[in-house]
Amino acid sequence: MSTHVLEHNEPDYLQVKSKHKGIFAWILSTDHKRIGILYLITMGIFFSVAVLLGFLMRMELISPGKTIMDPQTYNSLFTLHGVIMIFLFIIPGLPAVFGNFFLPILIGAKDVAFPRINLLSWWLFLIGGLLAVISIFLPGGPVDTGWTFYIPYSIRTTTNVIPALFAAFVLGFSSILTGINFVTTVHRLRAPGMKWFKMPLFVWSLYATGWVQVLATPIVGITLLLVIIERTLGVGIFDPALGGDPILFQHLFWIYSHPAVYIMILPAMGIISEVIPVFARRTIFGYKFIAFSSLAIALFGSLVWAHHMFTVGMSDTAMWIFSLLTFLVAIPSAIKVFNWVATLYKGSIELEPAMLFALAFIFHFTIGGFTGIMQATLALNIHIHDTSFIVAHFHYVMFGGTGFGIFAAAHYWFPKMFGKIFNRQAAKAAWLLIVLGFNTLYFPLFIAGYLGMPRRYYDYLPEFHIYHFISTVGSWILILGLLIMLINFFVALKRGRKADANPWGGETLEWKIQSPPILENFHEIPVVETDPYDYSKYEIDRKESK
Amino acid sequence: MWLFLFTELILFGGLFIVYAVYRFTYSNEFALAAKELDTFLGMVNTLVLLTSSLTMAMSITAIQKQNKNLAMLLIGLTIALALTFMVNKYFEWGAKFSHGIYPGGNELINKTNGEILYFGLYYVMTGLHGLHVIIGVIILSVMLYFIRTDHITKDSFVKLENSGLYWHLVDIIWIFLFPLFYLIH
Repeated sequence: MSTHVLEHNEPDYLQVKSKHKGIFAWILSTDHKRIGILYLITMGIFFSVAVLLGFLMRMELISPGKTIMDPQTYNSLFTLHGVIMIFLFIIPGLPAVFGNFFLPILIGAKDVAFPRINLLSWWLFLIGGLLAVISIFLPGGPVDTGWTFYIPYSIRTTTNVIPALFAAFVLGFSSILTGINFVTTVHRLRAPGMKWFKMPLFVWSLYATGWVQVLATPIVGITLLLVIIERTLGVGIFDPALGGDPILFQHLFWIYSHPAVYIMILPAMGIISEVIPVFARRTIFGYKFIAFSSLAIALFGSLVWAHHMFTVGMSDTAMWIFSLLTFLVAIPSAIKVFNWVATLYKGSIELEPAMLFALAFIFHFTIGGFTGIMQATLALNIHIHDTSFIVAHFHYVMFGGTGFGIFAAAHYWFPKMFGKIFNRQAAKAAWLLIVLGFNTLYFPLFIAGYLGMPRRYYDYLPEFHIYHFISTVGSWILILGLLIMLINFFVALKRGRKADANPWGGETLEWKIQSPPILENFHEIPVVETDPYDYSKYEIDRKESK
Repeated sequence: MWLFLFTELILFGGLFIVYAVYRFTYSNEFALAAKELDTFLGMVNTLVLLTSSLTMAMSITAIQKQNKNLAMLLIGLTIALALTFMVNKYFEWGAKFSHGIYPGGNELINKTNGEILYFGLYYVMTGLHGLHVIIGVIILSVMLYFIRTDHITKDSFVKLENSGLYWHLVDIIWIFLFPLFYLIH
């Protein structure tokens, strides 16, 4: 691959004219880049709302007893916070925004395999999201079941469960279509010379994610439909009074929702695998191991659902089998972490914002991973089950992991997406505040949970006051950091310096084209000859300079 | 398209798991309840649906041989057979309803738990299948229109082929549902 960038005077995808005018040029566009931006905007709005809800919950928990809201409101808030964050932000976040934008570019294609289905999945996403929002305002009140919709409460409660369930069902459809699209794109549209083992690792992770989306989502679809049917018709599938089994719901629910955890984390791992070699100027260590560990995580991750259910009363055999399988997931995850660290070793590291977020990802993910192992251990699990220890654990993995992955991707690819560069000092300051705030917010919850603070509780005993207080203060720091980061991006959009085609010195295909990219990405489909992370020239320089 | 069909199979797969679990728990009650269904009606519907798959496949071949009118006729036949299936289903469900066998119905509520679940699953699974038949009818009608307006021709019949695949899937799911509910006693 040559580093020479061809500059043509062709309008980029942001300016190009289409047959539709105004906003319709965007919401009816089948260009994968515009759809990626559409996702970015809608998701940004949902994320802000969910952050606000989380903030309100933390304010309520700052001191024991009633602080700013009543218990019913609190229940609705944590449900909406979970539903929005999980279904509308973390699950679709990376694949839909950055996957849409960069997957075709990274494999040297002009678009995804089915551009119109791609647009359809955005529309479904929007409709699902709006349905979820509308369900708040319908008579009956916002849904208060928690994002897991556990039976039997979700059948008994009088709140608007059905619209929320239907929203999740529609979102599932959107997710399946995106998955199908990506798997097909990777199979069919790779540029000549782009062999499987020359694909960037982000593509590998999206490929694995695509399979999980396709295989796991339909199960939750049918499960949610069954709850709707149960509520409207009372068939009795989950109702013990009619012979049904409420635990069956949990099985069916987690058969999807556990793999969904890997839909959330795998693309983030892909991003980290992209960012680290670029800013360490090192060829990534163990490319094939990282690629295969993505597939291994997707595979093992689908077999461990029942570790959410160690305390509901399964057979002992089932419990230790699921415990063992859960331990196994740690192996491919650890392979990735070791490979990233090995890549950093003796690299010439540049602490650019994207790199800082990637390093924070490794730090948080390691804590999240180890506490995950603790929960896979049966005896410990029974002690910490349904405590705020779990809350801290999954926030470390989902926010500290996936969330930071999204921030890393945003900082890494922002110049390519918009052709502008942001203020790096401000970005680093925001990073510092976010990391500080994040750890102050969630680490005390580990301790409180271990000491017995239950999760989802509106009120607590005075001895937990100090942990909740520290945690709430952490949330302020975190939100301040997030605000600085967002403002930094907006300022860069308005008044940012024009970015070069390759500001970070990356070697993958997206850095070979102008920023922002033109409508069909490439003037000619490139022919790929070298490996995606070839930094051998830097390594030779370094050896000579010694 | 194949991947999409795969997801559909898994969607029903979830229900098959539910069925398997309860069949295991309540095997006697399930056998008892299954006797209440009319195997003859079910068999007629199986034949109807199988034939519709045949006409569907034939219409794709017809379009490949540039025989537009025959292709349209065969699609029309497929739609007609699908509607026959639904009418048949309507009478079957209607008869059960009139006997008070429906979720919350006065006859069903007095039966054992296993039988209640059997009929619950029966309505849910055949209902979802019926929904797929209706969607199929809509898709095939659009295809009929496309053939008429020459959107689908000898050289571009992917849409028709994919609709055909979908229709075969609907057929296959029924092939599983039929023995599970009607034949196993």
